[in-house]
Amino acid sequence: MRAIGKVILRTLLQAIPTMLGIVLISFILLHLMPGDAVDAIAGMSGSASQETMHAMREAYGLNDNIVVQFWNYITGVFSLNFGQSINYSAPVLDVIMERLPATLILMLSAFVLALMTGILVGWGMAVFAGKWPDRLLTSGSLLFYSAPNFWVGLMIIVVFSAKLRWFPSGGAESIGASLEGWAWFLDRLHHLVLPSVALAAFFMAIYARLTRAAMLEVLRQDYIRTAAAKGIHPVVIQFRHGLRNALIPVTTVAGLHLGNLLGGAVVVETVFNWPGLGRLTMSALAARDNQVLLGILLLSSVAVIVTNVVIDWLITLLDPRIRA
Amino acid sequence: MAKKVPVLELLNLRVGFPGAEIVKGINLEIHEGEKVALVGESGCGKSLTAFSILRLLPNGAAINGGQVIYDGLDLATLPAWQLRRIRGKGIALILQEPMTSLNPVLPIGLQIAENIRAHETMSRKAVNERVIELLDLVGIANPRERARMYPHNFSGGMRQRVMIAMAIACNPRLLIADEPTTALDVTIQAQVMDLLEDLCSKLNMAMLLITHDLGAVAQWADRVAVMYAGRIAEMAPIRPFFTGPRHPYSQGLLNSSVEDDWHYTDTRLTEIKGTVASSAGEKGCAFAPRCPFAAAECRGAPPPLEEVRKGWLAACYRREAIQALQEGAAHVPA
Ligand SMILES: Nc1ncnc2c1ncn2[C@@H]1O[C@H](COP(=O)(O)OP(=O)(O)OP(=O)(O)O)[C@@H](O)[C@H]1O
Ligand SMILES: [Mg+2]
Repeated sequence: MRAIGKVILRTLLQAIPTMLGIVLISFILLHLMPGDAVDAIAGMSGSASQETMHAMREAYGLNDNIVVQFWNYITGVFSLNFGQSINYSAPVLDVIMERLPATLILMLSAFVLALMTGILVGWGMAVFAGKWPDRLLTSGSLLFYSAPNFWVGLMIIVVFSAKLRWFPSGGAESIGASLEGWAWFLDRLHHLVLPSVALAAFFMAIYARLTRAAMLEVLRQDYIRTAAAKGIHPVVIQFRHGLRNALIPVTTVAGLHLGNLLGGAVVVETVFNWPGLGRLTMSALAARDNQVLLGILLLSSVAVIVTNVVIDWLITLLDPRIRA
Repeated sequence: MAKKVPVLELLNLRVGFPGAEIVKGINLEIHEGEKVALVGESGCGKSLTAFSILRLLPNGAAINGGQVIYDGLDLATLPAWQLRRIRGKGIALILQEPMTSLNPVLPIGLQIAENIRAHETMSRKAVNERVIELLDLVGIANPRERARMYPHNFSGGMRQRVMIAMAIACNPRLLIADEPTTALDVTIQAQVMDLLEDLCSKLNMAMLLITHDLGAVAQWADRVAVMYAGRIAEMAPIRPFFTGPRHPYSQGLLNSSVEDDWHYTDTRLTEIKGTVASSAGEKGCAFAPRCPFAAAECRGAPPPLEEVRKGWLAACYRREAIQALQEGAAHVPA
C-alpha cells in the first residue's frame, strides 16, 4: 500500500506537463468563445451600462492580456488557488468540492454496477455461447451499447418513475424531509438507483461483450484442459481458471473507460437533476464561469490519471506475469 | 511378469468431428505397470484418442462409439461426477505444451494442491507438505520457495516437471502423456523421459506415451502401437518391432528415422510417398495409396488386425507376401 502511494505521486509528477497542456488548450478555447461572464450577467440582469461592465471586468481581471491571465491562473493553481467563481461569488475549489461527493458516488456506483453485471452477463453469454440466451443477451447489450445515455435515462424515468412510480425521477434526496440515520441512507440509495443504471447501461454492455470474448478465448486454453484433467469441479474451473484469467483484459479496458464515465455523468446528472459536477459544468457553461470550468477540467484529468494508476495496480494483482 | 490385468481397455473406440471421423475404431489395452507407446504421423488422431479417454475432447469433437473400460466402468458413458473421481486420481494426463498447460495466474504449488484436494481429504498443512514432497520428487530444487512461484518463473523443462508432479500427485494407475517432450530441448527431453521412466517403476504406474521419438520408444516402452489415419496399423512388443516390423508403414517409419537417433519427423517421412491426406476417400487400406507393395486386394475393405505372433498384431493383407519378398531379397547372394 505504501508502494501505491509512491506510484501515484510519481505518476502525478510525470503527468504535470500533460496537465499543463490540458489547461493551456482549455484556457485558449474558453477565451475563443464569444462573450464572457460579464456578458452573461448583463444578459441576465437585462440592463447594464458599459461603465459597470468595464468595472466588473476590471475587478475579475478579465481586461488583462490573455498571457497575463494564464500566468495568474497557473501560478494560482500551484498554490491550490483555482480562482474565484463569478457565478457563485466563491472560491472555485469550494464550489467544486461541494459538488464532488455527489458525482463520485454516482460514478462509483455506476462503475461497480456496470462491472459486476457486465461480467456476470458476459460470463453467462460465454457459457451459453451460440445458444438462445447468448443471442438474446447479445442483442440486448447491443441496444444499450448503441443508445445514447440521455435517451436511456429518459426511458428509465418514463418507465420506472412516471409509470411504475418505483423510484423518484430526479434529485439526490427527498427535499425537506430532514431524515436521519437509516431512513436518510435508504432515501439516498433510492434516489441513486435510476441515475446509476442510466449511467451504467452503456458500460455494462461493453464489459459484458468483453467478458464474453475473453472468457471464450480463455476456455480454449490448454490449462483449462489441465484443470479438468485433475478432476476438479466445473464451477471451480469456470471461476478460478476461467474468469480469473478473463478478468485481466476486462479490467484493463474498464480502466480505459473511466474517463468516458465522467463524460457520461455530465449528461446523466443533467437528465436526473443530480447535484454534482455535471450539472455544475452545465451551469458554469451557461454563465461563462471560466474559472469553474477550468477547475473541473483540471480535476477530471487528475482523477483520470489517478484511477489509471489504481487500475494498473489492480492488474498487477490479477496478473503475476507483469509483477515480475 | 504380472501383466495380465488391463488397467485400461479401448474397445472399438471411434472419435470424430461432425462430418469427419478421425479415430476409426481402435482396440488397445494397457496392463498394470505397462508402458505403451503410440506413434504415428501428425493428424492421425493420437491426441484425440488420448483426450477421449478422460472425455477431454476439444469443442466439436465427440466419442461416436466404442467403450473406454477402466476399473469395470465405461468412461465413455460414465456420469460426469463419477468421471471426475477418476480424472487426476486413477488416470492422469500430461500435455504437449508446458508453456500453455499451466494456469499463468496461479502459483504452481496451488495448481498441484488442487489435484490433491479434489480427491483427498487432508489438512491444508498436509497438502502443502505433499506438494513440496512432489516437487522434490520430480527434481525441482528449493521446492518450498518454488511452490509459491508462478509458471512464468520456470523454464519449459521445469514446467513439464511441474506438470508431472501434478499428474502423479494422487498416485494414478495410468499416466497418459501426449508428446511430453516435443516442445523441449533435446538434452532436456532425455532428462524428462528419464524422470518419467523412473517414476513409472517407482509408483508402478502404467503409461500411454504418445511420441514422435522412436529412440525413446526403443529404450523405454514395453509395447508400441502404430497408428495410421485413425486405425492401428501394427501393435507389437518392442523387440520384434524394431527388428522386423510387419506393416509397410511401420517399416517406412523406421527407415525414415534410422539415420540418427530414431527421431522421425513428418518432413522426413516423405520417404513414404504422399501424406496421410491421400487416404481420404480410400475404401480399403488407408495406407494403400502410399504403399510400395499395394495390390488389388488392398483396395476392397480396411484390413483387419491379425496376429503375427502372440501379442503381435498387424493390419496388412500382404504381410506374408511382403515378408517372403524381403527375406528372399536378404538371401540373394551378392
Ligand atoms: N474442427 C475440426 N473438424 C474436423 N477435423 C478436425 C477438426 N479439428 C481437427 N481436426 C482433425 O483432427 C485431427 C487431429 O488429430 P490429433 O490432434 O489427434 O492428431 P495427432 O495425431 O495428435 O497429431 P500431432 O502429432 O500433430 O499431435 C487432424 O487430422 C485434424 O485435421
Ligand atoms: Mg497431438
